[in-house]
Amino acid sequence: MAVTSPPLDLKGHDQENYLNWAYGVKSWLLTTDHKRIAILYLISVTFFFFLGSLAAFVLRIDLMTPQADLMTSDNYNRSFTIHGVIMVFLFLIPAIPGVFGNFLLPIMIGAKDLAFPKINLGSWYVYIISGMFIIAVVLWGGVDTGWTFYTPYSTTYANSAVVLTVVGVFLVGFSSIMTALNFIVTIHKMRAPGLTWFRLPLFIWAMYATSIIIMLGTPVLSATLILVGLERILGMGIFNPALGGDPVLFQHLFWFYSHPAVYIMVLPAMGVASELITCFSRKRVFGYKFIAMSSMAIALIGFLVWGHHMFVSGQSVYAGIVFSLLTFAVAIPSAIKVFNWTATLYKGTIHLQTPMFYVLGFIGLFTIGGLTGLFLGALATDVHVHDTYFVVAHFHYVMVGATVMAYLGALHFWWPKMTGRMYPEALGILSAVIIFIGFNLTFMPQFIMGYVGMPRRYHVYPDEFQALHVASTLGSTVLGIGYILPLCYLIWSLRFGKEAGPNPWGAVGLEWTTSSPPIHTNFEVTPVVTTEAYDYENLEEEV
Amino acid sequence: MAHGESSLVAPYFRDIEQQRETNTLGMWVFLVTEVMLFGGIFMAYAVYFYNYPEAFGEAGRELDIVLSSVNTFVLLCSSLTMALAVWACQSNKQKLLVIFLTSTLVLGSIFLGIKGFEYYEKYEKALIPGINWHYEGEFPDEAQIFFSLYFAATGLHATHMIIGGTVLAIITMKAMRGFYSAVNFDTIEIMGLYWHFVDIAWVFIFPLFYLIERY
Ligand SMILES: [Cu+2]
Repeated sequence: MAVTSPPLDLKGHDQENYLNWAYGVKSWLLTTDHKRIAILYLISVTFFFFLGSLAAFVLRIDLMTPQADLMTSDNYNRSFTIHGVIMVFLFLIPAIPGVFGNFLLPIMIGAKDLAFPKINLGSWYVYIISGMFIIAVVLWGGVDTGWTFYTPYSTTYANSAVVLTVVGVFLVGFSSIMTALNFIVTIHKMRAPGLTWFRLPLFIWAMYATSIIIMLGTPVLSATLILVGLERILGMGIFNPALGGDPVLFQHLFWFYSHPAVYIMVLPAMGVASELITCFSRKRVFGYKFIAMSSMAIALIGFLVWGHHMFVSGQSVYAGIVFSLLTFAVAIPSAIKVFNWTATLYKGTIHLQTPMFYVLGFIGLFTIGGLTGLFLGALATDVHVHDTYFVVAHFHYVMVGATVMAYLGALHFWWPKMTGRMYPEALGILSAVIIFIGFNLTFMPQFIMGYVGMPRRYHVYPDEFQALHVASTLGSTVLGIGYILPLCYLIWSLRFGKEAGPNPWGAVGLEWTTSSPPIHTNFEVTPVVTTEAYDYENLEEEV
Repeated sequence: MAHGESSLVAPYFRDIEQQRETNTLGMWVFLVTEVMLFGGIFMAYAVYFYNYPEAFGEAGRELDIVLSSVNTFVLLCSSLTMALAVWACQSNKQKLLVIFLTSTLVLGSIFLGIKGFEYYEKYEKALIPGINWHYEGEFPDEAQIFFSLYFAATGLHATHMIIGGTVLAIITMKAMRGFYSAVNFDTIEIMGLYWHFVDIAWVFIFPLFYLIERY
């Protein structure tokens, strides 16, 4: 593979790239270059990540004591709601597709751009408008329904900015549909010559499966939110039992989207893991087709398990039994992935660099998060731990432990490609370790307190839980430090980092054959693909 | 590549063929999301119809069968003219293209006009939940749900008509300036797909709400 790249200067006298290709605010805000849109996403999701973290930190501080001393109950409700809404809709769902999907998908398949560059830019604008709605909600005094907007509380009784929030979430759904549509069409129609489906990087398979879930799930959420909005504004009674409506129907419609949404958040992370693990074990991935197909299986079966959120909501017991069984079934493809990653590591040439630290953390935390999901999928156990901190800990292991870890792993792995600069390795490893420790310190105690009965969404609690809550808050402080560190040194590296060169990791994949940062059209000539993905054995020979 | 085609191809496509396939697939994928969007509302309808069949029958009789039948006919005609517009474009008949696009637009507007009148009728008869609601029948709460769903479904459909109509108007103006041709017909074809979809959505809405007690 051709490797040509003189050192890069961001101020831009030598090599042309997508960053110095055009200058000025307008060239960014009106860009249709998928790489620049990825950078726009990177900046915005980072902002919302820290905003959402701030809300979480306020919660943790309040929970240090069993009494309500920092906040009123009402403010506490508003804080956890805004934490959930921001993290789910403005960070976890758009983060990996918006940043790495946008940046890498066309490059990985050897295309010059996504199929619909203007729609791609549009998706970012819709995201930003939706973000403004959510910020408006915060300024308005917040919303207190929880991120789930359960009716009839949200439609009839809640005394907060429900409509603004619903509009914001409706819009962000639009934004992810635009992204998903672009990804599906691009993967179908714009692959480089020779790049057959089973030669695609597994990250692309993950993006494809994610996009399918977005396409099929998000519109149902949109329809539901339209009904909630109509009910809230006009007083129609579709979900209001006082008027003959059925609140459980709302839960069905909501979870029909929101369970698959968990996979919208975690499938991209799994795709990242496959890329990183192969690179840092210098080995072909174990069971390529199984990993690819398990993504598709997750996309499919993931749509059949939503009822496990409703075991105690009044749905029929028989439905509960079926949903429970299907929940066990959907664990299988996830387990296949974990086994295949582990098998890839086996006898690989392990290189312990920052992205690898993150991805190893990802595997461990995802395994815990996934297995505790089975406890919750079991009917009888769920009745015991439903709506306790056990659930909170479980989904934070999946969403923060798995997705955020993978996101940060991806950020370090592709940072040299995106910016042309290396981050400081020692600090990278240090922050990965801090995050791992901080994360477990925050959420492991929550498993325990949940198991012994601490309900979620309460901020006044019996004294015996205090020790665990204090431990959790301390952990969240460590975690916070771990998150702020990369923010600082990555920005620092933009100017002072070592120049990366086109392929600092010795990785295979089309994105490493072009310069860092890539040129505006990604490749000088359209690449022709002749080998399967992760051909590390042959790469060693070439070198 | 035939002469003059290269200016029509965006720089990130290999050739016009790839561009056309990509654009068409884009619309098909979009229509899948549309199916799911309407599907959510239909799902709610199915659940409540199952729970309250008599109430839905009773409420359905309040709807205007004559106007809605006319409207269904108007919309089906607009689909025909839209299909003819695609044909005219592909066979490079510029005048016919403009005629068919304009008639589609006119038929779509007639549909929306009649729909607007129907809404007005509902308002007069106090059948709009939350805004003007006074129902004399046997099942007021259940009928309230029926009409909520009726307005959600037809309103969503009308919104699609308005958006589609706006885009169609822009396309028609471009067609008048001779922008489209037998090599450049993607936009017309894709517009057609969307228009037919909106039409099909109505074909589901019509029996569900208007014909429900007339089986
Ligand atoms: Cu679930």
